[in-house]
Amino acid sequence: MNLVAIIPLFIFLVVIFLVGLYASKYVQSSKSFMQEYFLGERSLGGFVLAMTMTATYGSASSFIGGPGTAYTQGLGWVLLAMSQVVTGYFVLMILGKKFAIVTRKYKAITMVDFLKERYKSSVVVILSAISIIVFLFSAMAAQWIGGARLIESLTGMSYTTALFIFAVSVLVYVTIGGFRAVALTDAIQGSFMFVGTLILLIATVIAGGGISNIIADLAAENPNLITPFGAEGNLTPAYVSSFWILVGVGVVALPQIAVRAMSYKSAKSMHRALIIGTIVVGFIMLNMHLIGVFARPIIPGIDVGDKVMPLIALETMPAWLAGIVLAAPMAAIMSTVDSLLILVSSTVIKDVYMNYIRPDAKQQTVKRMSMAITAILGIIVFIMALDPPDLIIWLNLFAFGGLEAAFIWPVVLGLYWKTGNKYGAIASIIIGVGLYTLSDLLPKLLPAFTDMFQTVFKPFGMHAVVMPVVVSFFAYIIVSLLTKGKIPNELKPTY
Amino acid sequence: MQDNKQNWNKIANREALIGIGLAIFNFIWWYAFAYGLGSKDPEEYSYIFGLPDWFFYSCVLGFIVMVVLVIIVVKAFFVEIPFEDDEGEEQL
Repeated sequence: MNLVAIIPLFIFLVVIFLVGLYASKYVQSSKSFMQEYFLGERSLGGFVLAMTMTATYGSASSFIGGPGTAYTQGLGWVLLAMSQVVTGYFVLMILGKKFAIVTRKYKAITMVDFLKERYKSSVVVILSAISIIVFLFSAMAAQWIGGARLIESLTGMSYTTALFIFAVSVLVYVTIGGFRAVALTDAIQGSFMFVGTLILLIATVIAGGGISNIIADLAAENPNLITPFGAEGNLTPAYVSSFWILVGVGVVALPQIAVRAMSYKSAKSMHRALIIGTIVVGFIMLNMHLIGVFARPIIPGIDVGDKVMPLIALETMPAWLAGIVLAAPMAAIMSTVDSLLILVSSTVIKDVYMNYIRPDAKQQTVKRMSMAITAILGIIVFIMALDPPDLIIWLNLFAFGGLEAAFIWPVVLGLYWKTGNKYGAIASIIIGVGLYTLSDLLPKLLPAFTDMFQTVFKPFGMHAVVMPVVVSFFAYIIVSLLTKGKIPNELKPTY
Repeated sequence: MQDNKQNWNKIANREALIGIGLAIFNFIWWYAFAYGLGSKDPEEYSYIFGLPDWFFYSCVLGFIVMVVLVIIVVKAFFVEIPFEDDEGEEQL
């Protein structure tokens, strides 16, 4: 890998760093440290809001893993990826104005804050905080590993050096700049992702001799590659459709996404974000995964999916341009990691420390603690990513589905259904996370009953996230109705 | 003041329902074209801009249609409401 391609990557890192410095001025001068550091003082405009949602959501999996799988599976995987277009408008429309009104009223800074005020139950708060810390911490570690591997493969540095560079650059701007730095850098990173995928798609189409030519090559190699059913014909409609829950509408319940739905300035910025977000997320997902498919006839025989993106960029364009384009996946990883870091930090500080350990902490203490915790969390992740424990890898696979199963109903029904109460929320969280975890654990512990578990946990061959989400819905409703009389009037929601 | 709040809640509820409606429409469009046209033998596919027709209609055109719908819905049905009702004292 030559130097010319590395330079744009480093310029990119420097720019991101400067943005962090700029944002840290707000942190220093703000009269409300918590609001600023963890929520950017609810001041995001439409463009930044759309970009930070898209960029937080589009992670290593959509930029490295996704195109790699599309390379193997063909157009069927692009179809699956397009289930994500819905996130562009659904999250903001569903949480939307209600969330903005209610969280302002509650003065909530985190999603857990909202749950705390809505259900007035410390069990809900503790369960939520634990789920967030465990799942997102693992997700974060996995993203760091992805970021370091990318730098490693681009620059030829050792994994440890690459990880160190990645960790330091993220840690510095998140620690000093807080949420505002995260959102602003997300906007830059999102723009890189948008432009990078466009350039790379064009280069790939040209290198392949036009779309018709590429599709003909694919069909000649294996006709299944151009069907919706995947290379082996095993992507069933039920399986592909169930991704509408995992990576589509279920995204509403991811705390790192939901917190953004309370961070914007006005209804006007939300309206702009709806339009921009839908365009950007659809454009990036479509192009990114098409690149993976189109790369197949151009550079056949790649067996490690994660290498498809870097290789096709280096193959189809001059080194300096490849460097710029490859800043896109780098941007995707960083923009996810930074959001997770600030979110886990806010959970530790706001939801645990200030709720239960030192409710009377002074502003100055909270400020120092927040920055220290953010830095310490980053360092722990760094150490874990050096030699990732199996538990982290395993938990990461569950992170998104697990959080969705835990939070989708307590958040959504909590907003729109007044009868919903803490018992319903507790039941929903425990059952959602429990079933989702069991769906993977049980077949491993009792391999003899694998078939039975498949029918129970993955009916019709759907993804394992569907069943827990459905069951926890009924758990929330039924338990809330049964315990309706137990909630005194003054604890009922007032909006 | 109270009337206004009632009204804002109604607006918020209606917009959430619109979101669900859009998602359902989005899913049906995506599913119907993908599996309606895509279940044929690949040799019988027709092509639009070089892409198989099921893919073009489901993923490319479907995406464009959703963008247009979101723009129309936001411009025509979404109401700009104020979020801050009372400027209370800042917390921390």
